[in-house]
Amino acid sequence: MADNKPVRVYLVDDHALFRAGVRAELDALTDDVEVVGEAGSVAEAVVGIGHAKPDVVLLDVHMPDGGGAEVLRRLRPDLPDVVFLALSVSDAAEDVIAVIRAGARGYVTKTISSRELVTAIARVAVGDAVFSPRLAGFVLDAFADRPGAAPISDPDLDLLTPRERDVLRLLARGYAYKEIASELFISVKTVETHVSSVLRKTQLSNRYELSRWATDRRLV
Amino acid sequence: MVGGVASGLADHLGANVLWVRAAFALLAACAGAGLLAYAMLWVFVPQESLTAQEHRPSPKERQQAFGLIAVGISLAVALGTLSGAVSTWVAVPVGVALVGTAVVWREADAAQRRRWVDGARSGMSGALLGGGGRSAILRVLTGALLVAAGIAVVLLRSGTMGQLQLALAAVVATLVGVAVLTVPWWLRLVRDLGDERRARIRTEERAEIAAHLHDSVLQTLALIQKQPDVSREVLRLARGQERQLRGWLYGPDGYGARDGVPGPTALSQAVAEICGEIEDRFAIVVRPVVVGDSPMDKDLAALVQATREAAVNAAKHSGAAEISVYAEVEAENVTVFVRDRGKGFDEDEVSPDRHGLADSIRGRMDRHGGTVRLRTTIGEGTEVQLTMPRTAVGARSGS
Repeated sequence: MADNKPVRVYLVDDHALFRAGVRAELDALTDDVEVVGEAGSVAEAVVGIGHAKPDVVLLDVHMPDGGGAEVLRRLRPDLPDVVFLALSVSDAAEDVIAVIRAGARGYVTKTISSRELVTAIARVAVGDAVFSPRLAGFVLDAFADRPGAAPISDPDLDLLTPRERDVLRLLARGYAYKEIASELFISVKTVETHVSSVLRKTQLSNRYELSRWATDRRLV
Repeated sequence: MVGGVASGLADHLGANVLWVRAAFALLAACAGAGLLAYAMLWVFVPQESLTAQEHRPSPKERQQAFGLIAVGISLAVALGTLSGAVSTWVAVPVGVALVGTAVVWREADAAQRRRWVDGARSGMSGALLGGGGRSAILRVLTGALLVAAGIAVVLLRSGTMGQLQLALAAVVATLVGVAVLTVPWWLRLVRDLGDERRARIRTEERAEIAAHLHDSVLQTLALIQKQPDVSREVLRLARGQERQLRGWLYGPDGYGARDGVPGPTALSQAVAEICGEIEDRFAIVVRPVVVGDSPMDKDLAALVQATREAAVNAAKHSGAAEISVYAEVEAENVTVFVRDRGKGFDEDEVSPDRHGLADSIRGRMDRHGGTVRLRTTIGEGTEVQLTMPRTAVGARSGS
């Protein structure tokens, strides 16, 4: 980060043990991230995030009173500057696609290493997107041209460019942004641009697979 | 006002209640079509449960509604009489009987709502009265009486029948009356049966999953407690258990239900299986990502075996804690990448006695018409790319 102010992070997870673990790991690992609050339920999160105004919210997908998607639905309209990064044990398509379409800027699974988590937080904090390999795979799958697929209503949203496809493939193969950049002979900045563009399409496209995965979780 | 059908419909269509009611009244004039439609909707459209707040109609609205009901019924009766299809002596009692039916059904509706409140289950008297007290009984009786009176008048007036005919007609009419009056009860019976069956199936399913999961989770926890110091073993157990849970929750390959190729013969599942096996054997993390899917055939089986061999090599020699396996099914090819961020190696310096790469991977792929590409840099890791043409499908879509 160019300025030296730490990224202010808010934790939302119904498992107190997990919150404590993440907090300890983040505190120990880096000074670039500061945990400014935590919540154990949707209701708590809505109030707490409104007060704390963090830069990034780490958001659990499954919670008893509605889950991460509910938090997103309630807060996104009022707090457009707060960035949400979904953090979950589940990497089932319904969950991943559902929170992304509800407005999260990224999705990582809880098995991610602390160092990777810090990188992911820094990345979404400056407005980039974070795709886990699994999420990249889903999105490739959803945008695949298979016979019998629904007709394309909006090419700007419903199709990926060949370059975006290349970037997604490398993400799914486990490459980091820097590795993708050198593999494709482009700058990291360009990789980030491609990923952000894919995120936008994933959130807004009407492709059948995307809306199906989202509606499976009663969203969108 | 009577069954809440009009306001429900108005809500659904986003129209004014008054217009919907007027439409019903007008339709009622067309040989009673509006009445029939109203009754059908009342019976078959499921009710909003009581969480929705009760809407208390204002006195003005009440007046309007009653006015419209009266207009509707009288229109139906008047038109029926004028057109000569039915005589006044039939039309008026039928109208009276209809009003009676409406009163009884409405009471049953109210009873239903009360039942939701206290969750009681009772028989027919419950369905019709539902603990509404004396006034409810009174209303039901009034309704029944109205129906009976209507039927009786029709029968008596038709006069010309003989004794036997009259008796038969009376029996039939009574049966019809009873059938109509008890419609709410029959409906309830059917719905309750359905509800009960659904609930039972759900409970059984949950019990089965719980039994299976709790058992294996408890076992894993016991094993972890026995050897807490062997971190590799703990990791292996944890990953194994995680995989099993995911399999139960999201299907065999962890993707959840998907269209296309079901069953154990899909590539995605075969890849997930070998990844799981390697995790268990070497206590490392192997993350498979599969895009698209395809049924297995001999060539793909060879591809999966080669993938396994490549992942085993990575697990044994790279020193990396995690291996990425990515498989993509395209129209002509299936491509698999096995990648680690381990120490990498110099291909020329691999001792000739290690046949893994040469035989198990290259040989296998060559025999089935596939290709192998290897990229490795010392200190940065290794990636094996395996490409297998799809024989069955590839021939069809040749581009």
